[in-house]
Amino acid sequence: MKVNEIPQDNIRTLGSLKKAVYALDENGQYQRAPTTGWEVEEIVLLDALADYDRKAEEARQKVLDRQSSPIAYFMYMRRMDTVTLAQAMGLFRWQVKRHMKPHIFRKLDAARLQQYADLFRIPVEALTRFEEEN
Amino acid sequence: MNDPRVFQHRHYAHCESGAVAALLSHHGLNLSEPMVFGLAGGLTFAYLPFIKINGMPLMSYRMLPKSIIRNVQKRLGIRFESKTYRNKGEALDDLRRFINSGQVVGLMTSVYWLPYFPPEMRFQFNAHNLIVYGEEGGEFLVSDPVFDHAVRIRPEDLQNARFAKGTLSPKGYLYYPAVVPTEIDLKTAIPAAIRKTVKMMLHGPLIFGLRGVSFMANRIENLQGRKDSRYIRLFLGHVVRMQEEIGTGGGGFRFIYAAFLQEAADILQMPSLQEASVKMTEAGDRWRQFALACAKAIKNKEGGMDLPGIAGLLRDSAAAEKEVYLLLKKAGL
Repeated sequence: MKVNEIPQDNIRTLGSLKKAVYALDENGQYQRAPTTGWEVEEIVLLDALADYDRKAEEARQKVLDRQSSPIAYFMYMRRMDTVTLAQAMGLFRWQVKRHMKPHIFRKLDAARLQQYADLFRIPVEALTRFEEEN
Repeated sequence: MNDPRVFQHRHYAHCESGAVAALLSHHGLNLSEPMVFGLAGGLTFAYLPFIKINGMPLMSYRMLPKSIIRNVQKRLGIRFESKTYRNKGEALDDLRRFINSGQVVGLMTSVYWLPYFPPEMRFQFNAHNLIVYGEEGGEFLVSDPVFDHAVRIRPEDLQNARFAKGTLSPKGYLYYPAVVPTEIDLKTAIPAAIRKTVKMMLHGPLIFGLRGVSFMANRIENLQGRKDSRYIRLFLGHVVRMQEEIGTGGGGFRFIYAAFLQEAADILQMPSLQEASVKMTEAGDRWRQFALACAKAIKNKEGGMDLPGIAGLLRDSAAAEKEVYLLLKKAGL
């Protein structure tokens, strides 16, 4: 890749961030130069994010239908699956899966709810008052 | 050994090689990022089907996190002091103590907790390196190697980032160069580092090195049997993200390594290394063509995907890269 071939596609997933890449200048010498991103990165990242959004929306419906708890919804909103969520919470996978059952979720104590809220970077009410807010 | 100069932010392609290069030059040892990356044997390929990230196998284009910090010490006789913590409060006090005494430190963090990252990038990735060089107005001054400008972070966010749980959890990992020799013997260190990388890429077993690339090519070709086209799309996207997203310098670290080979050719006065650098650039370009083909297949949702064609591009990348290693093997390093 030459410096003048470095993609400058201003991709929106990078925001205002510029990345640095290595490329050849006109004398065949490697230089470090900034890039505003490559369309390819944007396509694959947006595709992955769309999949999380789809799963989050399915989870939201299930919460409203009383088949799941808000934890499932926020897990996908924050781009996690049950393995990542369990690890980030310091729990076993079966525990977080259990917390996604509405009747178990209702019995979670305040400390545990706060721990989830902190991880999801949301106020705890977003979990406890999910139905009213959605 | 502390340098009283103000820390100078620099923009790098990869967080770990960037953080190490920045810390070393702050201590008076000027090594480029590609030199740090190459000397530490940062380049690799591994396809790890048993480690899952969001249901996808892990593929890595570079060695494990912390390996650059570990290997520059081994190769160059530098010594880093490093610490992990059980107690969050102690970690914060320690950080302030270092900063106040003028020590610039590297930290391992989770991108999920770094508010200055674009929201789309804030996944649970726990091995991101950044440098803290001061504290001002209740915020830490951060030099994040993959950002083009210095940033700031609130202590509570940094605490979360340093103590994220999960795979590769940083546990407050902090490091700084404690012993930096003024003269280093690159003429011995470079050949040793190249030999090691060549050996691993050519002779790594099954899922490592170039065999790992063939393994992944076969996996991609075998996706044809899958009915679930969404899975195929996500799989290809996952591969490209590992290869092209933040901190690869493009082409899955191949261009950084080509830059290293070019610098090495100069230092060792070996034209064959320059030739290897040119070939590595070609390999990097092929990796980019592979990424482009994957993105096209993903974008073109309805049309059939040419998986054998995509796998073929991957095999081309591996073949181009093989020439580099054979050339390096013959170079008599």
